[in-house]
Amino acid sequence: MRPRPRAPAVIAALLSIPALLAVSGAVALEQGDRRSGIAFASPQTQAMQADDTANPGMLWVMDGAQLWRRPDGAAGKACQECHGDAAQSMKGVAPRYPDFDAGLGRPVDLSGRINLCRVRHQRAAPLAHEGSEMLALTAFVAFQSRGLPMAPAADARLAPFRAEGRRLFEQRMGQLDLSCANCHDDHWSARLGGSPVTQAQPNAYPLYRLEWQALGSLQRRMRNCMAGVRAEPFAYDAADYIDLELYLAARAAGLPMETPGVRP
Amino acid sequence: MRAAALTAGLLAGLLLAWLLLAGFLLVGFLLVAARADAQTLVGYTVEGDAIGAPLTGAPGDAARGAGLVADRTLSLCVLCHSGLEAPAHMQGNLAPSLAGIGARLSEGQIRLRIVNMKALNPESIMPAYGGSSPGARVANAWRGKPILSGEEIEDIVAYLSSLKG
Repeated sequence: MRPRPRAPAVIAALLSIPALLAVSGAVALEQGDRRSGIAFASPQTQAMQADDTANPGMLWVMDGAQLWRRPDGAAGKACQECHGDAAQSMKGVAPRYPDFDAGLGRPVDLSGRINLCRVRHQRAAPLAHEGSEMLALTAFVAFQSRGLPMAPAADARLAPFRAEGRRLFEQRMGQLDLSCANCHDDHWSARLGGSPVTQAQPNAYPLYRLEWQALGSLQRRMRNCMAGVRAEPFAYDAADYIDLELYLAARAAGLPMETPGVRP
Repeated sequence: MRAAALTAGLLAGLLLAWLLLAGFLLVGFLLVAARADAQTLVGYTVEGDAIGAPLTGAPGDAARGAGLVADRTLSLCVLCHSGLEAPAHMQGNLAPSLAGIGARLSEGQIRLRIVNMKALNPESIMPAYGGSSPGARVANAWRGKPILSGEEIEDIVAYLSSLKG
């Protein structure tokens, strides 16, 4: 049922072992147990993700390719003018995010990095987190790493934020008093109603959910679960989400990136 | 005389206004207190691993209970439990099957497990339907409310007790 990893992905996975060792001690899900969400999806959904002409997320990737070349902001610069060909410069970037930003003194995720680039270098307004342009750009950048293993940054400055992410992951929330870990660490092979619980792996974002009829971010997905346990979701771009994303990335180390993923 | 009558009238008016204000404050305080009370079902006694007495005066209705346990948005029972009157493909398996639960547990044991399973197992993932154990950041719409009312819990107790296997 699971797509077989391609040879380059395996080699890249071996090369990233030191990084994995640096962060894997801090997670509750054993390396050998890790399963991408696509492994739980129906054969039809798996086929839709695997075929670029059927995968609706590719429309956002193509939009992102346009935006990459479009000059923007007071500086009148396009991403491409500094970063060049994304197929070269962005390959391997998404798998290590969230990463530390020295200016902010805290981690940023891929969309946060894009907005910092816009403000600092393009002198443009930041894009809305769940707006179509941000989704297109993050999809395009992450797509350049499709097939590469998640390789979270081993920067020691990230450790306290990752630990806070784990605390949030294991904190019981909402009227139903459930933590992320209650389902996604302890019962990931079970069914909730008719749906597989899954491991809450972040390796395919932004991804197209048939339920949303749209591409959406990992933060949008976390908001869904928080609303599900009847908790007040964090605001988009809240530090809590970045910390959770950091922990999820460490927990996913080694899984191949699938952006743009397709899920039910 | 006129001035004295005017003063007396003014004083009476002022007194009335104060009484009204105090009345509003008192009613407001009572409303707040009532909301705080609504957070948990009160007035039940745990004996051993059971709540022997019904939470309400009227007995539960098993037919209504059957509908409630299959409700995917209110009681949520069927999301985790199987063995219920619901399409098999919609029943979850995060928690034990409830088939024959009425033969294994008494009414009182079932009642405590619904009201507050965490009294028996603090690590349980089963929500405390009586509202005694909310998590962090409860959303506005649910804050200060039990998950199910005493009547709804009694309906479910009646239904589950009828599942004799």
